[in-house]
Amino acid sequence: MIAALREHPLSRLARALARPIDPALALVLVLLMAYAVVVMASASPERLGSQLLHISLALAGVWIVAFIPAQRLLSLAPVLYVAGVALLVMVMLFGVSAKGGQRWLDIGVTRIQPSELMKIAMPMMLAWFFQKREGHIGWREFFAAILLLAVPVGMIARQPDMGTSVLVAAAGIYVCFFAGLSWKLIVPAIMTGIVGIAIFVAFGDSMCQPDVSWRPIMRDYQKQRVCTLRDPYLDPLGDGFHTIQSTIAIGSGGLTGKGWMQGTQTHLDFLPEHHTDFIFAVLSEEFGFAGALALLVLYAVLLLRGFYIAAMATTLGTRLLAGAMTMIFFTYVFVNVGMVSGILPVVGVPLPFVSYGGTALVTLSLGVGILMSIHNSRRAERE
Amino acid sequence: MNNGGVKTFYAPDEDDVQSFRVRVFVACVFAFACCLLLAAWLYILQVVRHDHFYSKSEGNRTALLPLVPHRGDIIDRNGVMLARNFIAYTLEIDGKQSRKKQNETIDALASIIAIESRDRQRFDTFLVENRRHRSAPIRTRLSDEEMARFIGQRYRFPNVEVQARLFRDYPHGKLASHLIGYISRISEKDVEHIEEKGEAANYRGSKNIGKTGVEAVYEADLHGITGAEQIEKTAGGYAVRSLSNKPSVSGNSVELSIDIELQKVAEAAFGERRGALVAIEPASGEVLALVSMPTFDPNLFVDGISRPDWRMLNDSPDKPLLNRAINSAYPPGSTFKPFMALAGLAAGKRTVERLYPDPGGFWFGNHFFKDDKKGGHGMVNLHKSIVVSCNTYYYVLANDLGIDAIAASMAWFGLGARTGVDLPGEGEGILPSPEWKRKTFKTREQQKWYAGETISVGIGQGYNAYTPIQMANALAAVANGGKLMRPRVVRAIIDDKGQRYVQSPELVREIPIKPEHFAAVRKAMEDVTRFGTGARAFAGAPYRAGGKTGTAQVLALKSGQRYGETCKTNPRLCDHSWFIAYAPAEAPKIALAVFVENGGWGAAAAAPIARQVIDFFLLDKRARAPADIEDEDSAEAERDSAEAGESVRAGERIE
Repeated sequence: MIAALREHPLSRLARALARPIDPALALVLVLLMAYAVVVMASASPERLGSQLLHISLALAGVWIVAFIPAQRLLSLAPVLYVAGVALLVMVMLFGVSAKGGQRWLDIGVTRIQPSELMKIAMPMMLAWFFQKREGHIGWREFFAAILLLAVPVGMIARQPDMGTSVLVAAAGIYVCFFAGLSWKLIVPAIMTGIVGIAIFVAFGDSMCQPDVSWRPIMRDYQKQRVCTLRDPYLDPLGDGFHTIQSTIAIGSGGLTGKGWMQGTQTHLDFLPEHHTDFIFAVLSEEFGFAGALALLVLYAVLLLRGFYIAAMATTLGTRLLAGAMTMIFFTYVFVNVGMVSGILPVVGVPLPFVSYGGTALVTLSLGVGILMSIHNSRRAERE
Repeated sequence: MNNGGVKTFYAPDEDDVQSFRVRVFVACVFAFACCLLLAAWLYILQVVRHDHFYSKSEGNRTALLPLVPHRGDIIDRNGVMLARNFIAYTLEIDGKQSRKKQNETIDALASIIAIESRDRQRFDTFLVENRRHRSAPIRTRLSDEEMARFIGQRYRFPNVEVQARLFRDYPHGKLASHLIGYISRISEKDVEHIEEKGEAANYRGSKNIGKTGVEAVYEADLHGITGAEQIEKTAGGYAVRSLSNKPSVSGNSVELSIDIELQKVAEAAFGERRGALVAIEPASGEVLALVSMPTFDPNLFVDGISRPDWRMLNDSPDKPLLNRAINSAYPPGSTFKPFMALAGLAAGKRTVERLYPDPGGFWFGNHFFKDDKKGGHGMVNLHKSIVVSCNTYYYVLANDLGIDAIAASMAWFGLGARTGVDLPGEGEGILPSPEWKRKTFKTREQQKWYAGETISVGIGQGYNAYTPIQMANALAAVANGGKLMRPRVVRAIIDDKGQRYVQSPELVREIPIKPEHFAAVRKAMEDVTRFGTGARAFAGAPYRAGGKTGTAQVLALKSGQRYGETCKTNPRLCDHSWFIAYAPAEAPKIALAVFVENGGWGAAAAAPIARQVIDFFLLDKRARAPADIEDEDSAEAERDSAEAGESVRAGERIE
């Protein structure tokens, strides 16, 4: 009876359709999105409808990408990359300005943000490139990779969009790291960073005096952002305002939170941007440390699965892509939670799968789809 | 694969996959370490320091209130107030409520204070345009009596707040409105501009922003720096006490170079006519008066213009919102001739003395370019060509110079380029040249420059089109002996402590024309007002002035059609009237360009306006009928009485 049911054509179709879906990733993704819907219902109920629309689009994207063999995805990389760079050039020439930067392209029906495309296209391009040069990877290849990386990052930074340029740069650097960039370069870079942060922590007071210029490393407004991080009350109505209010929201949540729809910071409008970049503060205020930790655990499962897929991948290109993609997810989470909780400067980075906004949601979901596709290719080969 | 040189950058171990997995493991450890770090930090915030943050958010909530700065004043060159602030009470309704509830509140309010349909309309537009504001004003500028009535019944309106707000007032109303501009509510578009400039914090709390004129260009000066007050609020949201206070810094005041009394005389001289006037001090480039008629009342915009008012201003065929003085370009007509004469002298194509015959026109190819006077002006030299405004002289000159030389010389005077005046929306005008045609037109056929077109350009017709401020500024350079200055309407900024920062004059370029050539052309222009086309308007003036009339065709007349036919049936087809003038001749203190839209002949419409303005500026008296001027005694008496009656006077005059 059951066997007969299994052989039923409809049931076969269902299995065929579900075949490319990786159950672990799919479960985490759906849980994260459900969590997002619950938080969004409190933070910004009027946007619930469009967020659900974005979610269905994103899930469709995951499913479609998962169906495509990983090698074919990789072969699309140069096209995507060139298209992305071309769109960035168009933004520079005829872009629409919105919210403090020229980064949108009006395509009649809707506006798109080409820099978002680069977040996927960049790691794909570099993975494709290293795979193409497999067996001959030397300093020339890394030099070329840095060039491929620097051009779009420079253009995005010029828009100016610090958040996205950092993410795209990170994506490219991760690929280089997984491709075998020498430890002799990585270790000193990390050490310099640590020393820099240590110096800032120790001597921040005198460095943040108004007459001290940080040129040519940083412009004045960037210096102000970093200094505001040390003392948000330096600029209580500007950059500091976000940080002060979001830290209060998080801290006042306590162990178990004030309860759903009960966040005073959110509902009395103290929290700016509470449905987009600062949604983590809403979540932490209403669901407390327990709720925040649950979110981090979900992300941890996502990362573990991603690293596992990377470790198991069979070709150089898919290995690099899976590793980099997973690290990108991590970077999103770390930078967003860090900036909302006041340990990183405020740059516009959304909380993956949770923040309101269609473009980022779809882009990141495509990333999940790529991971699934990579895992499927391995399975296909084995069979 | 294992060559040594590569090793420093890439270390392919015996097993690539194995080394990759090591790296994945390292990345995984790094990521989890960072996540643990975040979790630890959240633990510190949410568990260890929870009480601190909880008390901050719950019990007594502190709030940071922006302290909106006082907007700077705008005054004229003599200190007369042109834009100022006053405090008035407004009633504001909670913007987060449902529309139904808001309407109920408004209906209830209407029973105790006057709320017109206009107020409701403005409330609605405000809500649509400003979603970021928490409350929306329903009535502004409450009287004391209305305030008392509202306070008495306040318990009925928990969602209505009384706010003391600063309002902008333009005491002179319609006078100089294009120049002063106005402020109005910050729109979503303004918010984007503000955010782009990184000024969002400074505008937290500000409701208005400069939209046009000096109010817009000097927004950064006028706005001031927003302060902040940290207050404690009870759970109900009422302020308990002030914790700390960072006071706001008032905006800077802006002192215009305009003389508002002169502006008043100039605007009155236009009467009902449309047009523009720009008067400039030649030595400094300071704008003394800048008129665009008709004007509008900037006070209408201050708390959001109502729809009927806006429609009336925007849809009027007279286009009152258009700043004709700097935005619109018109063919200069014969006012172009002095500049052509200077170009001819500079290029060595003409001398001051040489005579040319005027048979009543100029044959070019198979087209006859006509002179105004049938039969011509006889033998004409440069001086006479300007005094009688002889077309033939300039047809021939244009042909001798060629279009490229003409364009190059006119560019020296800043014609066809923005003057850089500190007002928004300045137009470029058109300095015609083959290059301009190539850039402007698409088809090969349209791009071609015809030699005949050069001939029309020579008398200020054809493609020529310049803004009144360009003409005034170019003339100022003739008057001051060849220094093209950047015109400015603001001459000083005064900070909140009373410190005055004067903006120094800015030289754009020295025009490469010899002083004797300027002298020859000026001599001719001075005779225009004595014996020539401007003589009637300047009859009996106690000073010497240089001038030139101009008439610009609106439509090219069809052959056989007599001039005036189209104009009679439709006044908007009448020619435009120009007059440019400077005075006093020996040391010019004022240079101006007058433009009267569809005014007809230049000498008839524009020249008398120029006379009245110069009279007031130099003699400090109102315009008088030419008959009065003969009688010097009565003129003196009138001047004395005018002086006695005026508390604020124009700066310079002749004794």
